Amino acid sequence: MQHEPVVTEEIARELGLTDEEYQMVLDYLGRTPTYTELGMYSVMWSEHCSYKNSIAVLKTLPRSGGKLLVGAGEENAGLVDIGDGLAVAFKIESHNHPSAIEPFQGAATGVGGILRDIFTMGARPVAACDSLRFGDPANPRVQYLVKGVVSGIGHYGNCFGVPTVAGEMYFDSSYQGNPLVNAMAVGIVRHEQTASATAHGKGNPVMIVGSSTGRDGIHGATFASVDLSEDSESKRPSVQVGDPFTEKLLLEATLEIIREDLIVGIQDMGAAGITCSSCEMSAKGKSGMDIDLDLVPIREEGMSAYEILLSESQERMLVVAKQGNEQRVKEIFEKWDLHAVTIGHVTDDSMVTVRRDGEVKGVVPADSLVLGGGAPVYHRETRRPEYLDTTMAFRPSSVPVPGDVSRVLIDLLSSPNIASKRWAYEQYDTSVRTNTAYGPGGDAAVIRVKDTRKALSVKTDCNGRYVYLNPRKGASIAVAEAARNVACTGAEPMAITNCLNFGNPYKPEVYYQFKEACAGMGEACRMFGTPVTGGNVSFYNENPNGAVYPTPVIGMLGLIADIDHITPSAFQQEGDDIVLLGQNHDDINGSEYLSRWHGITGGDAPHLDLDEEHRLHGMLVDQIRQGRIRCAHDVSDGGLAVTLAECCFIGEKRIGAEVTLPVGTIRKDALYFGESQSRVVISCASDQTEAVLAAAMDAGIAAQRIGRTGGDHLVINDDINLPVSDIAKAHGDVLEHMLESR
Amino acid sequence: MSAPTFGVVVFPGSNCDHDAYHAVKHVLGEKATFLWHKDTDLQGVDVVVLPGGFSYGDYLRCGAISQFSSIMKEVVRHAERGGHVIGICNGFQVLTETGLLPGALLRNRSLKFVCKQVRLRVENAETDFTRRYEQGKVLQIPVAHGEGNFYTDSDTLRELEDNGRVVFRYVDENGEATEAANPNGSLNNIAGIVNSRGNVLGMMPHPERVVENLLGSDDGLGVFASLAESITGSVPALS
Repeated sequence: MQHEPVVTEEIARELGLTDEEYQMVLDYLGRTPTYTELGMYSVMWSEHCSYKNSIAVLKTLPRSGGKLLVGAGEENAGLVDIGDGLAVAFKIESHNHPSAIEPFQGAATGVGGILRDIFTMGARPVAACDSLRFGDPANPRVQYLVKGVVSGIGHYGNCFGVPTVAGEMYFDSSYQGNPLVNAMAVGIVRHEQTASATAHGKGNPVMIVGSSTGRDGIHGATFASVDLSEDSESKRPSVQVGDPFTEKLLLEATLEIIREDLIVGIQDMGAAGITCSSCEMSAKGKSGMDIDLDLVPIREEGMSAYEILLSESQERMLVVAKQGNEQRVKEIFEKWDLHAVTIGHVTDDSMVTVRRDGEVKGVVPADSLVLGGGAPVYHRETRRPEYLDTTMAFRPSSVPVPGDVSRVLIDLLSSPNIASKRWAYEQYDTSVRTNTAYGPGGDAAVIRVKDTRKALSVKTDCNGRYVYLNPRKGASIAVAEAARNVACTGAEPMAITNCLNFGNPYKPEVYYQFKEACAGMGEACRMFGTPVTGGNVSFYNENPNGAVYPTPVIGMLGLIADIDHITPSAFQQEGDDIVLLGQNHDDINGSEYLSRWHGITGGDAPHLDLDEEHRLHGMLVDQIRQGRIRCAHDVSDGGLAVTLAECCFIGEKRIGAEVTLPVGTIRKDALYFGESQSRVVISCASDQTEAVLAAAMDAGIAAQRIGRTGGDHLVINDDINLPVSDIAKAHGDVLEHMLESR
Repeated sequence: MSAPTFGVVVFPGSNCDHDAYHAVKHVLGEKATFLWHKDTDLQGVDVVVLPGGFSYGDYLRCGAISQFSSIMKEVVRHAERGGHVIGICNGFQVLTETGLLPGALLRNRSLKFVCKQVRLRVENAETDFTRRYEQGKVLQIPVAHGEGNFYTDSDTLRELEDNGRVVFRYVDENGEATEAANPNGSLNNIAGIVNSRGNVLGMMPHPERVVENLLGSDDGLGVFASLAESITGSVPALS
């Protein structure tokens, strides 16, 4: 039997609790906690589990309404009704800190964790997306991270059998040393087969299922709640190791016990392992649990109560079975060669009691540990960062308009931020489960829903540079662009999940960015009727050289009412009219062009009018449903010229275009490369053009016929005349060359 | 003979089992059932489908552990009786590990998993798996594997080539078996082979993923349609 240290204020500090927080623990318990109990508070009150510095702000977001079946934060993932008796569970989560230290396992377990969140809802995962940010791709350490993260994502998703269909990959020096790895998963469930993360019914057995428990990942959640430093390398043991094969078995067994209605509740064991799942399920069900840790299958000798409770070994779940069904649950898990062991029972005293070696090691009120219960809630100080004075002072007149815009176009297409991400997504299985109508490379991925006429459209989006330049507007743009992306495929935007990646929240400037970004996100979500279904906050994405760009990644879910409406991004036929929906602005602010060609990260975020944006989505989806539109591609990074170029070559067939854009009223570089929002390039049969233009006028959306598809060149005014094969080549192998050639 | 039944084997870690079942049952409209790896009864199926995935986690070597499963003993007997077996991706790996097909599937030349649409030329349209295709037709079918690099000794390779046992070959847009069209480094751009008796096919690409135009192509349907026709139109396998 092991002796635990006697708890002091000093030890509490070592475990990451502030003196005030330690005092709160003393007050809740009315005594000094045991070492085991202190560990439980430490991990549950870490930023990662408690959201103590973010929850007050998150509550200002629209978190219910629309087609939501459960509100944000109520379950493991959000749940949205899509009709036909079906619902979609989806969520995004970060695994930034582990991936910075051990990119392959860090990213792999990020995927594993989010998949478990989906199937604990009873939903079978049908798609995964990944939103990635790295430093300069010419840097060897960055190359190591990129390769490790991409192969880790592939390793887990491919083996598990979920198609990885969409995402983003950005490179900027602000992410040097602090890569962002955000994984999203989407699943489908019949309404009556959804499961809940709750515990109730005195005497119901509490079971641990899946893998055995080891010493891996102890205090992973606490590690994720501090800045990265030179010491971080020594935290490598805090990174868990994933086994997608076991997870696949766990998926099948879990769905079987839910389908057979054998359980009261189930929760994934991610951060903070048994501690988190037992407390959260108890608190949600307003009950307690009595758990004997001696019964937990362990894979290492001599583990203490503290270690078992805080282990983040992967591929485990906590299940509360309905009394009498224990045996059947065991049979199902044994069929899949997995453990299912009863380790305790539900109580009605609202306490989580843990035993080890025949002794009670801890008795804590479940509610006192959890978010929404006794966990601390902080309102942090904000201060507008000084850099904004400099960036906002940028004047476009200070940079010359380039003479040769062809060269600029080729250069932008070969920017790692705009270039094809094929090198990455060819390492992901994109078509397993045979639902992928459109995979990576277009505006959004499209996943058909078997046994219905419907399809889902999914996309992640965020331009961190915009958010850096204007946190509020930049976050609005992230929502707007994600919604526009799914609208381009023919989908009505339904709801979002978010992954909020920021620096240290104790710095008022960082907190200003966070609060403003949430405000902007909320404004956009309210305008589009897309509530926030949940997500994840990742603070402390900073190292001694500074914080990352504030990066609130949006995961958007759209619904395509009929598979006949599924619309591609690229030109489909020669001789079609090309129409620009939306207004060009004299605006090069925050653009990839300004950053790459002129080396300036400056100006405001690009122009955005939320009301106009919303009308554009409605009008676009309506015209798609009327069958008038053959392709739709949104104008985003790189501006209108890059969009037109991509329309020529990202489809199955390469088709050129001749385009005439009105010059004179705005700067030429703004016309071609500016990133003002709310614009979409469409193609349609020429006999449909009048109707499309009329519909745009009715919706109050500027629209103009700008050209015609055909030939094998992209021609824009007298400025650009390039073979499609050349522009495709500029865009094609950039990442491969940067990452594979030595 | 009445309509054939396809039996899709489910190993722990199979993840294309539902896809094969869907292709056969819901798209082709034939009878399909799942066969559990711990079972010893093939339930009288005419065609055994060994699906893609990571059977037994692909531990040790891809497909290596599956040969010891209860169901595979029956699958081997089924093949020895002349029954039809098709192994796709991981299923192909299982077939070479089991010895029902020659050769081995090595790690891809790129050392990376590769998932993309490739072109396959039908090299032998007279097999029970390809009779619905025209000889030389070029199909668009995706690959998704980390170990698809077909390798065998030179005698076996000659034997395969000389006897029309190379059924599918990776080719480019002009139908040529070029180096650039080879996604994994397979010898002679080989994507699929049959055994000498012609009743066992292994292929790395996934025909079950391209059976509906909604998903980009229905070029893969011919494999399953050929099998159905072969069984109803020819002497049934003894059982």
